[in-house]
This record gives sequence, structure tokens and C-alpha cells, in this order.
Amino acid sequence: MSNTTQLLRFITAGSVDDGKSTLIGRLLHDSKSIFEDQLSAITKTSERRGGLGSVDLSLLTDGLQAEREQGITIDVAYRYFATPKRKFIIGDTPGHEQYTRNMVTAASTANLAVILIDARKGVLTQTRRHTFIASLVGVPHVVLAVNKMDMVDYSQEKFDAICTEYRAFAAQLGLHDMTCIPMSALNGDMVVERGENLNWYQGSPLLELLENVVIDYDINTTDFRYPVQWVCRPQTQEYHDFRGYMGRIESGVITVGDEITIQPSGRTTKVKEIVTYDGNLQSARAPQSVTLTLTDEIDISRGDMFVKSETMPQVSKEFEAMLCWLSESPLDLNRKYIIKHTTRVVKCSFARLGYRVDVNTLEQHSSSALNMNDIARVAMKVQLPLVFDSYIKNRFTGSFIVIDEATNNTVAAGMIA
Amino acid sequence: MSNQSFTHLDVLESESIHIMREVAAECKNPALLFSGGKDSIVMLRLAEKAFRPARLPFPLVHIDTEHNFPEVIACRDKLASDLGERLIVRSLDDSIKKGTIVLKNADQGRNVFQSVTLLETIAEFEFDACIGGARRDEEKARAKERIFSFRDEFGQWDPKNQRPELWDTYNTRVHAGENIRVFPISNWTEMDIWEYIARENLYIPEIYYAHERDVIRRDNGILPVSHLVQPKSGEKIEKMTVRFRTVGDMTCTCPVESNARNAQEIIEETAITRITERGATRMDDQTSEASMELRKKEGYF
Repeated sequence: MSNTTQLLRFITAGSVDDGKSTLIGRLLHDSKSIFEDQLSAITKTSERRGGLGSVDLSLLTDGLQAEREQGITIDVAYRYFATPKRKFIIGDTPGHEQYTRNMVTAASTANLAVILIDARKGVLTQTRRHTFIASLVGVPHVVLAVNKMDMVDYSQEKFDAICTEYRAFAAQLGLHDMTCIPMSALNGDMVVERGENLNWYQGSPLLELLENVVIDYDINTTDFRYPVQWVCRPQTQEYHDFRGYMGRIESGVITVGDEITIQPSGRTTKVKEIVTYDGNLQSARAPQSVTLTLTDEIDISRGDMFVKSETMPQVSKEFEAMLCWLSESPLDLNRKYIIKHTTRVVKCSFARLGYRVDVNTLEQHSSSALNMNDIARVAMKVQLPLVFDSYIKNRFTGSFIVIDEATNNTVAAGMIA
Repeated sequence: MSNQSFTHLDVLESESIHIMREVAAECKNPALLFSGGKDSIVMLRLAEKAFRPARLPFPLVHIDTEHNFPEVIACRDKLASDLGERLIVRSLDDSIKKGTIVLKNADQGRNVFQSVTLLETIAEFEFDACIGGARRDEEKARAKERIFSFRDEFGQWDPKNQRPELWDTYNTRVHAGENIRVFPISNWTEMDIWEYIARENLYIPEIYYAHERDVIRRDNGILPVSHLVQPKSGEKIEKMTVRFRTVGDMTCTCPVESNARNAQEIIEETAITRITERGATRMDDQTSEASMELRKKEGYF
């Protein structure tokens, strides 16, 4: 199995009331990823709390003492399970209003988002918010899980109405790959097994979809982008003149002999070797971590980016971005902050605050402040040029974080327009 | 090859290499925590992959409880010397002599005290980053910990005040005296570790494989007999065929019954086991539901 299994990262968004814990519990349980000692520990806790004889599966993911005491989820929890086809990493995000920043965090690395709704309630404000964030953060695949179908007599009519409403909303956001699945996580219908209650549904159960969704093209395969992480100069007798540029291919492909441009200097050279611990390669592609040697001696350091000469990124000290503010201290327009973009760290300032998006209605408002969980369009200036693509084109070279120099906290996540 | 999808191990390996290079590039004085256990042996191979043909840009550091299995210590020393990398060992005994660790009794479990010696070692060498082999699938407090986990000047982890971690863009900044713990194999599971050991043909301590051993039964577990664990009255020594799923403090690390004699057979056993890794093997994690969280708050790995 290890020779072929792929890795899929997905998030689940929704509230406990939508049956999210039950859904995750069902996926883990039916794929045999809940262990006896875990089950016995949460059974004990459920009993101690005077549970009504049923085991509270949310205790599996609520890992912190404060969460168990207060019965809430504070932070993103990562869970792991596997089937013979794929390994899965679930980023489980709390559904409460104040936790936009957690969903943005978990969604930033996800291939797919499962957005959960209660079939009785239909598309809610919260559903719109979760879908907007998934689209903002560029999650390539979205699944709308219409749960609790057992509570609406497994009605196809009800399901169709919800899907029609949701599809119209998703289309506004430009979601390309969206699937609606009716299910009952409680009874296990359409989660791992098809069950017998939803025979009118022609599509796959959730797990089958998770196992088969094509993720090879989630990474940009055309534009070669290689931020230099570390310059390798062994200075040993054997490798006296060796000078290798270490990094991870964030997108695209590179082959020995390819001409590359080093940004932001704009100098060009050719790839001499692709070095790895397991031997030199003729060709490599995202997301491999490799070491490149070049045919010319050029002054190159961390923060520079290698690109192929035919697909150039933008190089600029000014750009616009969508920013999600993550910190309890609001943005101070008079201050300078620090940006970390790929492997480059530079000072930045905010030239202008554009509109703020109301995540519940998608309406745009003019704005003079940015508080925690706010999402807004901003114009930024940086001290040294950045080498970037728009986020829509490239998730790796289009994203950045903002750091407050005084506290060293990560205060915002940015996506370049 | 170029049209084939990468496997989960390829992707996890590349992610870990990327993380290690970020640490080397952005932290002033990092260290790789290396115990000779299977996870840290995987980490060592990942570090080789990240930095060869150069030497590692950080020393290996082991906080020795002096309660370790001799086979593990031998493996630690062999791997460090085979690779020619610098190994720093600091012992809990030194902290005990200094009086910074006070034991209630001489042979009590020592995992909980590792934080003290670790923090003293961090201060001694002024490390600003310690790379560790913790995995999120091990324990539920760890499931919520960041890959770059910030610690204050007392080494404390504040779970409610963690830095958001987005994409693969890591915030490595600390003020003087503070430090970060970095977990490059956060996203690996026990199964991934064994598959990687098999794929890379890694040399690990032989006690990970099935062998015959003198054990006693105590508190619902099996304990290995050693100079630290002797039968109490009423307990009798049995011979069993066992292997260790984790190797820690000899006084509280339990083996499991097994006939798996190589990595492939362990993979097959891991696929069908119904007990978690720490649940099966660590008596000290079972004292309360929040044991690991409490230890981490005190500066544990």
C-alpha cells in the first residue's frame, strides 16, 4: 500500500449542532481509526460528566483541558486516518463565529473542504461564511455535506432545494469543483457506506469521493517557482567548490539544462545538476525538496527565487492583497510590520485600507479599521521587492504572513490580488 | 516517474526537509533533539536529506534520563559517530546533583523531569530552537500544537495563545531568552514512521523487534525486568516474546506481545492494532487525561 497511497488534506467546517463530531467520529470509526484506549478514555469522561449513556465523540478531538471543561473547541485539531487508497489529514475547525481565523489557518493547507449543514435548517449565514472563506483561501475542492437527512425523511425534494440554493451562491464565488452529498452521519448513510435510505442519490458516499478526487493538479504545474531556502557550501575536500541552492519546488517542473532567471536580480543561468541525498535527478517537480547547482557563479542568497524564463512572476515593492486579520490588537496604519513571503522577510507598511468584506453577507463596506477576524482589501508597500504571483494563480508565491515586530506574533494572513 | 503521483511518504518527507531548512536558515542556534528512538532516527535521516553533502548545521542533543535501555543508548552513539556529527549529552543525574531535580524516591519514573534538564541545556548552549520528533497522532494535546511551537522564557507552552500557522510560511521569530520547539514530523503517523524505516532501511535499536525478555505484570501492564524494575512480593518473572513500540524510561515503558521481527512485519501488526502507541506503552501518560498537556506547559518537548 505504501507504494501508491496519496496524501489528502481536508477540513471540516460546521458546528457541533450540524453533527460535525458525529461525522468525523463516523469516518474514524468506520475506517477503524479509533482505538480501544481512546474510546475507553472518552467513555469514562462522558460518564463522569453525566452523559446520557452515549459516548460524546467530540471528546476525541477536543484535546485541551479548557476545551473539555467548557465543552467548546478552541483550536484547530489535526486528525489522521488512512484507507488502502489514501492517507488523510483532517483539520477540524470550530464553527463558532469568532473563530474565522482558525478556519483560514486550517484551510490554507487543505485540498478539500467539507462544509456541513443541517438538512432541516438549510443554507445558513454560517454556511455562507464557511464557503466564502474556503473560496478566499483557494481550497480547490468543496463538498457540501447535507447532514441529518434522517430528520427530513430522506427527502430528495428537500435536498434538491438546498443544493439549488447553495449552487447559486457558490457560483458567485467562482468555486470550480463543488459536490453536494446527502447524508446521515448518525445512521452512517453516505459517509463510508451508501446505506439503504438514500437510493435516489446517484453520486458517491463521502469517503469514496475523498479517496478519488483528483488532487494532482491542485499544485500549479506550469510555472516553475523555487525560493532559495539555504545555500549549501560544504567546504570539505571532496566538495571543495560545491555550491548548491537548497529549496522546495513550489510549483512547476525543472530539468537539467533548463535556463532559469534569478529574481529579483533578473540574471539568467542554467541548471547544472539536481542533487538529492538519493542521487542526482534529471528532472524534478513540485513539491520535491532538492538542491540545484548552476552553470555560472552568481551571487545568490536566501530569499531569491529561481523561475523559468518563459513564465515570469511579478517583481514589485507595491501590491494589493486580501488580508485576514488574526490578532486581538487591531491593525495600526501608522506602524511598520514585517512580511514573510516565501523565504523572504521584509518590512512593510499599509498604504491604504480598501473595502472590508462582511463574511456573512459578502457585502463590501468601506473601512477605517481592521479587527480580529476582519477580511479586507489592502494596498501594501514593502521595503525590498517581492517576487510573487497572484494567489489565484499560485497558492505558494501568492501568500504571505504579517508579523508584529514588537510581539513577534503572526497578526495577519495575506493573499495577493 | 515524472507523470506519477508522489506518495504520501514523498510528500511528508519533502515537508519535513523544508521545515528543517527553515530552522537552519532563520534560527541563530538550533539543536536537533536525538534520543536514539525510532522517531528521532527518522528525523536524523531527514536532516541528512536536508543538508547533505554538507554537515548538519546543528548539533544532536540528548537529554538522558539515565533510565534508558542500553540498546537505545548504544544505537544513539553508533549513529552519531557513524555520521561524524556532534552529539551533546546532558544527564538528569547532573540536575539531581545540582539539586534542581528532587526525586521522591531513587527509582521513580523520570520522564516528567526531562523538562528541567532540557531547559538547563537550552540555557547552557543558548539554543533558540530545538527540533523534536513529536507527532500529532501521538496524543491529543499534541494534535493541537503548531509545527513551530513558541515557548516563553520558562519554556512554557500556552495552548490558548498559539501563533496562527498558515500555509508553509513559518514564523520563527523569538526574543532573546525565548525559544521555539520545532516538530518536522508533526504530520507523520506511527504507520508512516514504520513505512519510512522499511523504505529507507534504517538501523534502529533491536528492542523494537520481537525478542524474548523477562517481564513482570504490574498495574494492567507488562514491565521489563531490569536493574530498575525488580519483582515486588507476589509478582513473578515471566519470559515473553515482546517488542517495544516506544522506548523511554525503563521504569514505565511497557513492551507489547509480538512476533514481528522486522519492519515489514511491524507494519502488518500496526495496521491491525486496536490500541494507540502511547496507550499501550506509557504508564505515565495514563495518570490523567491531560498529563501530556500539563507536562508540555511545564516545558516538556
